[in-house]
Amino acid sequence: MYGNDFAEPDDPGAGPLNAADGGAVEAAAAHVDTKAREGLASFDAIIAADQRIEPRDAMPEEYRQTLIRQIAQHAHSEIIGMQPEGNWITRAPSLRRKAILIAKVQDEAGHGLYLYSAAETLGITREELLDRLHTGKQKYSSIFNYPTLTWADCGAIGWLVDGAAIMNQVPLCRCSYGPYARAMIRTCKEESFHQRQGFELLWELMRGTPEQQAMAQDATNRWWWPALAMFGPRDTGEHAVTGGHTEQSMAWGIKRFSNDDLRQKFVDMTVPQAARLGVTLPDPDLLWNEERGHYDFGEIDWDEFWRVIKGDGACNAARIERRVSSHEQGAWVREAATAYAAKQRERADGAVGAGEGSAA
Amino acid sequence: MSEGTLPLFEVFVRAKRGLSHVHVGSVHASDAAMAVRNARDLYTRRQEGVSIWVVAASDIVASSPDEKDSFFDPAGDKIYRHPTFYEVPEDVEYL
Repeated sequence: MYGNDFAEPDDPGAGPLNAADGGAVEAAAAHVDTKAREGLASFDAIIAADQRIEPRDAMPEEYRQTLIRQIAQHAHSEIIGMQPEGNWITRAPSLRRKAILIAKVQDEAGHGLYLYSAAETLGITREELLDRLHTGKQKYSSIFNYPTLTWADCGAIGWLVDGAAIMNQVPLCRCSYGPYARAMIRTCKEESFHQRQGFELLWELMRGTPEQQAMAQDATNRWWWPALAMFGPRDTGEHAVTGGHTEQSMAWGIKRFSNDDLRQKFVDMTVPQAARLGVTLPDPDLLWNEERGHYDFGEIDWDEFWRVIKGDGACNAARIERRVSSHEQGAWVREAATAYAAKQRERADGAVGAGEGSAA
Repeated sequence: MSEGTLPLFEVFVRAKRGLSHVHVGSVHASDAAMAVRNARDLYTRRQEGVSIWVVAASDIVASSPDEKDSFFDPAGDKIYRHPTFYEVPEDVEYL
């Protein structure tokens, strides 16, 4: 559903994942042997040729850590992203809508798993990744800390949130790290269904009763600004937030466009869609700019953005609590499967033993 | 017993009859049979495959990226293995 890499300026997680990592990087840098130097020269050559880095290639430690952080945050977002819509599965207004919603939420789980697999190729375990999510050491997209108050929110999420995610994820299909790029190709193929079902949901509401139309407009009002904020802090021009990862990530071929460029593309794409739907986007400053050839739009409430990232959104605590309790309540399933596998192995070994015995 | 013990399997999918199995990603599972089921749910939700292989990741033996140059060097100077190496008269057909 979403992949970006940004961190609040005072977030310790923005640097190396812990102090020891930082020390290790410096120590390693101070003692590069010839082999490592050769390896990193080959890394630079591969990046310069716009080819893909694969898991066992030599790579700078910071490249590895940047990717782990970004892919993990992306994976966590998919997994937490199951909750806002999962909240409506039992109340979907028809069997058709229920089946669609279940399939969509299952896809989000799938996207999370593709991404966890990609992150694991960088040398981190699944348990460590889940632990970092559960303990708040790694973030997920702040968009999922907003509540889904009405059925129309499921439409607005598909249309706006998944629409923004596609804008962000398509360039990641050309990311320099092979496993991440391949995971994004699979994800993007499935994401298009998510966006279309959301648009269709709102399209039906807008052709319904005045109450249904009002519900679609209300959901649009509430999701528009958080969707724009999803692209991350401003990273171009005079208002660029300093200390971001954009420049380095672009040099490494992880990121292909700035946050601001992607946000502008999203606005330009969405304005005509809103007009066709018949909803009003809640921004009085939204206006076509002939000179730029783009839509101008108002200022995002960045204070709110950072507040929600830091934990003060409507649903931060509930999302993590739900995630942790689901994980704990599922422990017996994992234990049972492991016990069953062990028993089957024992029986197979026993049968082999018996066979040898009778032959002798 | 912790989840840390769930092994990793690499997943290969045959998209349709006549094609080879191709690596698509990986899954964690308690055993190979569960890995096949997990792989079905994860990698073939939209009829992307007609057959799945899973292989314990720890069983895969791979060439080392450290020696990629020397390992593949022997093929580098044998251009006579390619048909375009040979000069033949232009007016000879089906050659």
